[in-house]
Amino acid sequence: MAEQIIFYILAIVIVAFSILSVVSRRILRSATYLLFVLIATAGLYLMMGYQFLAAVQISVYAGGIMVLYIFSILLTSHAGDKAKPVSWKRLLPAGIASILGLLICAHIIYHNVSKVISLQPFQEPTMQEIGMTMMGTGKYQYLLPFEAISILLLVCIVGAIIIARKR
Amino acid sequence: MSNIPIEAYLIVSAIMFFAGIYGFLSRRNMLTILMSLELMLNAADINFVVFNRYLYPGQLDGTFFALFAIGVSAAETAIAIAIIINIYRNLKNIYVDEVNKMKF
Repeated sequence: MAEQIIFYILAIVIVAFSILSVVSRRILRSATYLLFVLIATAGLYLMMGYQFLAAVQISVYAGGIMVLYIFSILLTSHAGDKAKPVSWKRLLPAGIASILGLLICAHIIYHNVSKVISLQPFQEPTMQEIGMTMMGTGKYQYLLPFEAISILLLVCIVGAIIIARKR
Repeated sequence: MSNIPIEAYLIVSAIMFFAGIYGFLSRRNMLTILMSLELMLNAADINFVVFNRYLYPGQLDGTFFALFAIGVSAAETAIAIAIIINIYRNLKNIYVDEVNKMKF
């Protein structure tokens, strides 16, 4: 019962703030609403029992990426700036596309996802298990993607410096 | 254990994804477009983790896919923000319908 109440709170926070974050005219506010959505997502991960993933979500998304967003918002616009109003010709196709897509997805989820799937109790993955999975080379172990993403991050650091430096 | 159905998680992530699509199509500021992209990536991450938890609770595949997706999205955000700041420095404008000069 308590978990259901927590899930409803998190779901309402996610739905409300994700919609607010795409309709708000003030860009700094919409960044703040996005921050709430990301933290509530970390709450969902915690509810499912993945503590490590929730910690990564908070530290990378809410800690790193959002700080980057807020810095760049403050660099490129003045505080309290409102976005220019968007014409109905732009808004209408976007609204129609997203509502139609949401209806199709809701229909598929409601009718085709089997309702007999229930939450089975499981052993929450320990930190040692996660580390072995990340660093192993066997089946269902992820050393190669780990190395690939480290090279990706290195390339990304160099690229960001080269793009954003002063000439 | 609780019995929250899998559909509840999927509906929440679907609403989040289509809010992202609405923002991506209707916003004109590059930074808000990037934030909508972030919403969509986050919804996909939730789906991976939910399917991992409900269908294969003994394995860690979906969790690791979500982890790597978070890493890739951090890299993508850093590059995109570097490009946006560079555009702002050159053109003093980050609205996508007014930036029509790609030659600096």
